[in-house]
Amino acid sequence: MKNKKYYIVFFSLILLILLNGFIEDNPYFIITKKDVELKIPKGFPKPVYDFKQNKITPEGFVLGRKLFYDPILSNDYFTSCASCHQRFAAFAHIDHPLSHGVLGKIGKRNVPALQNLIWKDGFMADGGINHLDLQPIAPMTSPVEMAETLENVIKKLQNDSVYPALFYKAFGDSIVTSEHLLKSLSQFLCLMVSCDSRYDKYMQGKEKFTEKELSGLKLFRNHCAGCHKEPLFTDNSYRNIGLKPDTALKDSGRAAITGLQSDYMKFKVPSLRNVELTYPYMHDGRFKNLQLVMNHYAEGNFFTAHIDEIILRNVGLTEEEKSDIIVFLKTLTDKTFLYDRRFADPNFR
Amino acid sequence: MIQRKISTCLAVIIIAMFFISAKPNDKCKLKIQFENFVGNDLLKLDSAVYKNSLGQTFTVSKFKYYISNIHLKNKKGTEFISKEFFLVNDEEVKSKQILLNDIPEGEYTAISFILGVDSLHNCSGVQKGALDPINGMFWAWNTGYVFMKIEGHAPQSISPGNIFEFHIGGFQGQFNALRDIKMAIGNWQLATNKENNLKIKVDAAEIFKTPNEIDFAYLSSVTDNNNNTIIADNYVDMFSVIEVK
Repeated sequence: MKNKKYYIVFFSLILLILLNGFIEDNPYFIITKKDVELKIPKGFPKPVYDFKQNKITPEGFVLGRKLFYDPILSNDYFTSCASCHQRFAAFAHIDHPLSHGVLGKIGKRNVPALQNLIWKDGFMADGGINHLDLQPIAPMTSPVEMAETLENVIKKLQNDSVYPALFYKAFGDSIVTSEHLLKSLSQFLCLMVSCDSRYDKYMQGKEKFTEKELSGLKLFRNHCAGCHKEPLFTDNSYRNIGLKPDTALKDSGRAAITGLQSDYMKFKVPSLRNVELTYPYMHDGRFKNLQLVMNHYAEGNFFTAHIDEIILRNVGLTEEEKSDIIVFLKTLTDKTFLYDRRFADPNFR
Repeated sequence: MIQRKISTCLAVIIIAMFFISAKPNDKCKLKIQFENFVGNDLLKLDSAVYKNSLGQTFTVSKFKYYISNIHLKNKKGTEFISKEFFLVNDEEVKSKQILLNDIPEGEYTAISFILGVDSLHNCSGVQKGALDPINGMFWAWNTGYVFMKIEGHAPQSISPGNIFEFHIGGFQGQFNALRDIKMAIGNWQLATNKENNLKIKVDAAEIFKTPNEIDFAYLSSVTDNNNNTIIADNYVDMFSVIEVK
């Protein structure tokens, strides 16, 4: 009887070792040159990101991916980028109104989805960051997010047993620098392109919409597309949509960046791609579902200081119209992107 | 085949010789030394106690600034332009000495530079060297470089721990804190056969003086767009030439 137990342990161990070897070479995690080719989808504008300054290579991408999923970037070795940017939610944080950081600390904004970033000219809900390469510094150094210093992150990576070699493979230099750290993260983020939803297939004539979806698309174009412009579903502008100020968060939005009173509570128009999965909504996650978002627009119970008048056209949407728009919005869910193996956690072995 | 190889070799040698001989050595080196002062005293971090124009005492614990876009104006009207960025940090002796190469020989009458980092380099993503965000002169949440940073203690200060901190930057519109500094340097002969040295006084007291007198009891912290240009207008005249050699 005792012997049998040993056998089981022994064989499980052997199996694990074999399995591990198999997974090491698992094509699921291997990134080839072809995997890092960026194809600009038909109808999409020219990217804002300048790839001449940062050419994507398989090695750079793999390094960026590892960093994105590695809690080494945080002060408590427990919080990674992926802690809040969940792959299955188009890299937003499902069901969390505000971001969560080290030691249970709570941030002041809702975690945005990460997709189609190469077409963005400003990052964060207030657009305070003007370049994708510089964006990760903010969460890394925020006391309520990863609570690190750039200096210390670089030191930790330099002293790590694996990273210097990965930096060498990616950039020909095993000395870890902020430039290479941030550029590798950008390489990973740049390829997060969502362009294969049912909406896209409909536009290419490959799929048909139901009557309700068609009605929703028409309503969307009349009521929403003024800001949520196709095909990115954002016009990259900052707008005040009449939300009541939160007296605890005291978030003045874009005004804190520009210093202009007229920018009070303006926030970046978010893309609506994969919006079905990025709940809750708004910069502070105040609406837990799309129905509540629709109600905000339809009821017209706005806080009117510095409001963008474009939203007034949505007042009075009927229940049926709201429901049609929501049905349409769900056609923006992009399973190709959500299940893209390139963005999977490489440590999950 | 062999002949062809030989002729190729010869061609390479001839071209190489042409380049070597065509490089006349009439380019000068220039050393610019920044001497940080408070009033008439050399700046001594942490220990020395100074007074502002209102008689309020203070000590300085940190003093850093960016120098860029250095122009040297030749008497003939031509200009030498350096595209480099320099971060002067009072704590690092080496950083207070800037070395410029490849300046044509001649008589120079004026030097100018920017205190800060131009807008292009505030919008160019992650950069290296002096502009590496690791240098602590970079805002992560509202992209941009801190052009000048001075920190210290003042008993009158209203900030926690009686500290004062002025982190001045901003490159857009009404919040533009970029300032051009221009100074005459007489008729200064730069030559290859001598050491060319320029000593510049940087008077940190000016940051609190004219045209906007700073009362630490009212203003002890500027770390964003609020009041940034008040300080920028003050530091524009903190530079003066001590000597040219």
